[in-house]
Amino acid sequence: MSSTLFEKSHAGRNGINIPKQGLADAPSLDNSLLRSTKAELPELSEFDVVRHFTKLSNKNFSIDSNFYPLGSCTMKYNPKVQERVGGLDGLVNLHPHHITNNKTSLVQGALKSLKILENNLTEITGMKAFTLTPQAGAHGEMTGIMMIGAYHKKKGNNKRYVIVPDSSHGTNPATAAMVDYDVITVKSNKDGSMDLESFKEAMSEEVAAVMMTVPNTLGLFNPAIKEICDIAHAHDALMYYDGANMNAIMGVIRPGDIGFDVIHLNLHKTFATPHGGGGPGAGPVGVGEKLLEFLPDLTVDSNEDGYFFGKPSEHTIGKISPFFGNYMVLVRALVYMQTLGREGMINASRKAVLNANYILSKLKDHFDAPFKQYCMHECVLSAETLTKEHGVRAMDIAKYLLDFGLHAPTVYFPLIVKESIMIEPTETENIDTIDYFCQKMIDAVELAKTNSEAFKTLPLTLPISRPDETKAARSLNIRWQA
Amino acid sequence: MSKRYSNEHEWAILDGGIASIGLSAYAVEQLGDITFVELPEIGAEANKDDSIAFIESVKAASDIYTPVGGEVVESNEKLEDTPELLNEAAETTWIFKLKVSDSSEFETLMDEAAYKAYLDTL
Amino acid sequence: MPYTPHTKDDVQKMCAQIGIKDETELFDSIPNELRAKSFDLEEGLSEFEVFENFKSLASQNDTSKVSFLGGGYYDHIIPTAVDALSTRSEFYTAYTPYQAEASQGTLQALYEYQTMICNLTGMEATNASMYDGGTAIAEAALMAVRIGKKRKKIIVDSGVNPIYIKILKTYLAYHELVVITLEVKNDGSDRETLLGLIDDSIAGYIFQNPNFFGSIEDYSEIIKALHDVKALAIMSSYPIALGILKSAGEVDADIYCGDGQSLGNYLGFGGPSFGILACKEKYIRNLPGRIVGITDDREGKRAYVLTLQAREQHIRRDKATSNICSNQNLMALRATIFLALLGKEGFEKLALQNYNKSEYLKAELSKIDAIKIYNQNPTFNEFVISLPISASEFIDKMEEKGFFAGLRLETLFENFENRVLVSTTEKRTKAQIDSFAACVKEIV
Repeated sequence: MSSTLFEKSHAGRNGINIPKQGLADAPSLDNSLLRSTKAELPELSEFDVVRHFTKLSNKNFSIDSNFYPLGSCTMKYNPKVQERVGGLDGLVNLHPHHITNNKTSLVQGALKSLKILENNLTEITGMKAFTLTPQAGAHGEMTGIMMIGAYHKKKGNNKRYVIVPDSSHGTNPATAAMVDYDVITVKSNKDGSMDLESFKEAMSEEVAAVMMTVPNTLGLFNPAIKEICDIAHAHDALMYYDGANMNAIMGVIRPGDIGFDVIHLNLHKTFATPHGGGGPGAGPVGVGEKLLEFLPDLTVDSNEDGYFFGKPSEHTIGKISPFFGNYMVLVRALVYMQTLGREGMINASRKAVLNANYILSKLKDHFDAPFKQYCMHECVLSAETLTKEHGVRAMDIAKYLLDFGLHAPTVYFPLIVKESIMIEPTETENIDTIDYFCQKMIDAVELAKTNSEAFKTLPLTLPISRPDETKAARSLNIRWQA
Repeated sequence: MSKRYSNEHEWAILDGGIASIGLSAYAVEQLGDITFVELPEIGAEANKDDSIAFIESVKAASDIYTPVGGEVVESNEKLEDTPELLNEAAETTWIFKLKVSDSSEFETLMDEAAYKAYLDTL
Repeated sequence: MPYTPHTKDDVQKMCAQIGIKDETELFDSIPNELRAKSFDLEEGLSEFEVFENFKSLASQNDTSKVSFLGGGYYDHIIPTAVDALSTRSEFYTAYTPYQAEASQGTLQALYEYQTMICNLTGMEATNASMYDGGTAIAEAALMAVRIGKKRKKIIVDSGVNPIYIKILKTYLAYHELVVITLEVKNDGSDRETLLGLIDDSIAGYIFQNPNFFGSIEDYSEIIKALHDVKALAIMSSYPIALGILKSAGEVDADIYCGDGQSLGNYLGFGGPSFGILACKEKYIRNLPGRIVGITDDREGKRAYVLTLQAREQHIRRDKATSNICSNQNLMALRATIFLALLGKEGFEKLALQNYNKSEYLKAELSKIDAIKIYNQNPTFNEFVISLPISASEFIDKMEEKGFFAGLRLETLFENFENRVLVSTTEKRTKAQIDSFAACVKEIV
C-alpha cells in the first residue's frame, strides 16, 4: 500500500533516456578516485515513477483541496498565475553566476524585479531598505539578529540578552541562541499581551533586542507597543518585528512607523507563495536607519542607465545565502502584490480579521475562550475544560476534523494557553467553508460530551491513523534498507 | 538510606560516598515516552546543579542537572538501548552514580515529604 | 477584490454575528497615532496584465546563449515528469507534514529522498534538506563544534565554493570560534600546511571534492590524520559527481554537504535550490532540520512521521540544534523524482557523460597554443583555463559569439587574473563543444 520506490524496483528496468554522448569516452579516472559500486537507486520506468508519485500526492491534504485553519501559518490560496510566471524561460533558466561575472546587462529584468519588490516591501512596512536574501522566516530572524549583534559590536555595547514574550514562536529563542545571546522570557498578562511591568523589570542596559510579533501570536494587538519600543530604545535595545502575522495589518499598521528597527516577513504566508509541503519559502528582512550599514552584501541599486549591484557596505554582516536566496519565490510574491495592489492588500487584511472574528463569535460559547475581546486575523480557543471533564484534548479535536477534510488548526501553540487551538482562516475562505468548519468544531464538542472514547480511534478515513511516534524515535529508521 | 529530591525533579540516594541519581516519576510523566538518554562520561566532574546528562522524549527534551557535585563513577548503560525503563520505573532506575565531593550538599535537598508538598504547588 | 469571496450579504451576516456594524470596527483598538503613515502602492492588475509585466521583465534577461557556466550551478536536463509531478497542487500547496495522517504523500517522498541521499553519499543519516549547499556547510561546521564539545577551531579549504565560505564565516562569526582558511596550492589542497594544522584543537576540516576548480584529489591521508586526533572530516561536493566518484562514506568522511540544484532543479537565478546534509549514524542527534522516520499506526499499518523532533525549534526553543523551521521540501521532492527517473544505471551514465564531455572540451582547448589548462589534478565536469587576454574581454567576446563562456575567477580568488572556469554538462553536444573551441581559438 505504501511501498517505497525501492520495493517497487526491478533490476534492469530503464528510466528516462539521457542525450546521446556523441563522442568517444575519455580515458577513465584512476580507480582510487572512483566509487566501487553504483549508488543504489531504484530501477523503474518513467511510468512507474509517475504512477508512484501521483498516488502519493493523493494521500496529501493541500490548500487546493482542504481548508487549513492553521493559526500562525496564513494558509491562503496560492494563485495559479504565480506558477505561470514561474515557468517563464527568462526567469527560470537564468544563471546566477552572471552576478559573479558582474554582467548586469544580462540580468536587467531580474534586477528590476528585485528592486520593485524591495520598494513595495518598504512601502508596506515603513522600513528603509530590505535584504531579499533570507530563504525562510527563521533564516530572516537569524539575519536580523546578526545585524543587531553587529550594531552593538560596532558601538562597543556589552549586550547579552534578547527579550521574548512567553507567547513567542519557538524560532525566536532558537535564533537568539544561534547568535550566542541568552534569552529572557517575559510573561504575558491576562489579556494575552506581554506584561508591561514585567517587561520594564526585565529591561536593562545588557538587553540587545526585543523580539515581538504584532499582533502577537494569540492574534491580539498589544496597546502598549509604542511604549515598549520607547523603553527599549532608551536602553539602546533594538526592536525586532516577527512578521508572521503581517496578514492582519496590511495598510493599517507599518512596523517601521511604530519604531521597529528590523523586521522579517514570511512571503509564503502573507504574500501567498506556495508552502511546497514545507518549503521553499522566503523571509526578506527590512531595516531602519540604524541597521542599514549591516545588510548582507548583495543589494540592487539603480540609476538612469539601469540596474546594478549595490556596493557592499564596509560593515555588512556578510552573506547568509548564495546570490539572492530563493529568487523564484520572490518572483511569485511580486506577482501576488501586483495582482492585489493597494486596495487588494488592505481588503485582504480586513477580510482575514473579519473571518477570524466570525469564527471566534461562533465558537466562544462551545470552547474555552481565554481572550474575550475581538481578535485580529487569528483566534485562540482552549480545550482545557473538555480535557478536565471528558478527557478530550486539543489533539483529539484536531484528529476529529481530519475525517471531514478539514486540516486541524494549530494545537499546543502558543505554549501559554493550555490545550490551545489557534485558528487562522485567512481571507480567501468563503462563508460556507467557515460555517462548515464551525459546525464540525461544535459537533466535536458534542461528541466529547457524549462519547469521548470515540476520539481514540480517529481519524478513520485517512491512509493512516495515530502513528506511533514513540516507536519511530526508539526504533529509528530513516532510510530504506533491503 | 533516605531518598532526597531536587526542585529540578532529580532524586538522589547517598550510600557510603556514592550518590545514585535518577529522575522522579513526575519528571518522566511530564516528558512522556522517553526515546533517548545521553549518559555522562565516566570520570566527568560536575558541580551541584551543573547540566550533566540529557534526556529526550517524543515531544520534549531536557537537560539533567546533578543535585550534588562529584565525579561520575558509573553510568546506567542499559538506558542506551532501553530508555523506556525510565517510563516503567523512574523512582528505582538510577541514571548515573557520583563519588560526591561534599556530602553536606545532600542535606540541602528535599526529603520525600517535602518533595510531595512541592509537587502540589506546581 | 482578488481572491476574497465575500459578498455584501456575507459581510453583513458576519458583522451581525460578531455584533458590529462595519468590519473596520475590528481595528478600533489600534490608536490613530500607530496607524500607517502611508500606504502608497500601485493599483491591482488583472492576471493578464501581471503576466504581461513579467513576460517583459523576463525578456530583459538573457538566457539565449549556449552555456558553459558552472561553479556549483549547472545546466542539466530536467525531465518533464519532474515538473509534471511536482507541480501537482497536492504537493506544492501542501503544508509542513506535522499532522502525519494528512501528509503521507509528503512524508513518504521525504523518506525516499533520505534513502537516496544516504545511498548516493554513503552516509547513514540525513535530514529532509537544508536551504542550500552553503548554509549546509555552515550548519555542518556548527555540528562539528557541538560534537567536538570543547574544540573551537574549524579549518576550511579555499577549494570550497568561495560563496559558501563567505556564508560559513558569517554564520560562525557569532560564536567564539576560529575559522582557519587554508589557501589553495595551484588547483588543489595544500597538504603540507594542512597536516601541520591538524591537532586536537580542531573540531573539523571542510573540503570540497571535486573542488571549485573541478579538481579531484585523494583525501584519505588527510581524513586519517583528522581521525587520529578525533577531528571530523566534512566533505562537500556537487552531487552529480557522486555518480562515479568515491562517496563520502567510502572515504570515511563524517559529514557530507552539497547543493541539490543539479538534481532536477532549475537555475532560477540562484534559487530555490536545496542543501544536503548527511552524516554517520552516531551523529544523527546532532543533525539540524527535519527528519522523517517509519513506524506503525494504531492498526499496524506502515506510517511515515517526522521524528526526533525534540532537536527542533518548536520544542527545544533556545537549545535547539538550529533555528531552522523549514526544509526546501518541493526542491527535495523534485530531486527524488529526478533520481527515480534516472535510476541506478542512468545516474552513473549521466555522471560519466559529464566527465567524458568535459574531457573532450579539455582536449580540444589544449590544442590551442595560447590557452593553458590550469588544473594539474584530474577534473570532473569543469576546469580552469588560463588566457592571454583578460577574463572580462574573453567572456564579452564569447558572448558576442553566442556563448556564456564561463566564470571569471578573479572576482572570487586573489591572483587569478585571466583565468576562467568552464563547465560542460550532458546538454552540450559535440557540435556545440567544437564550435566553442573554435571560437575560443579565434578570440585568443
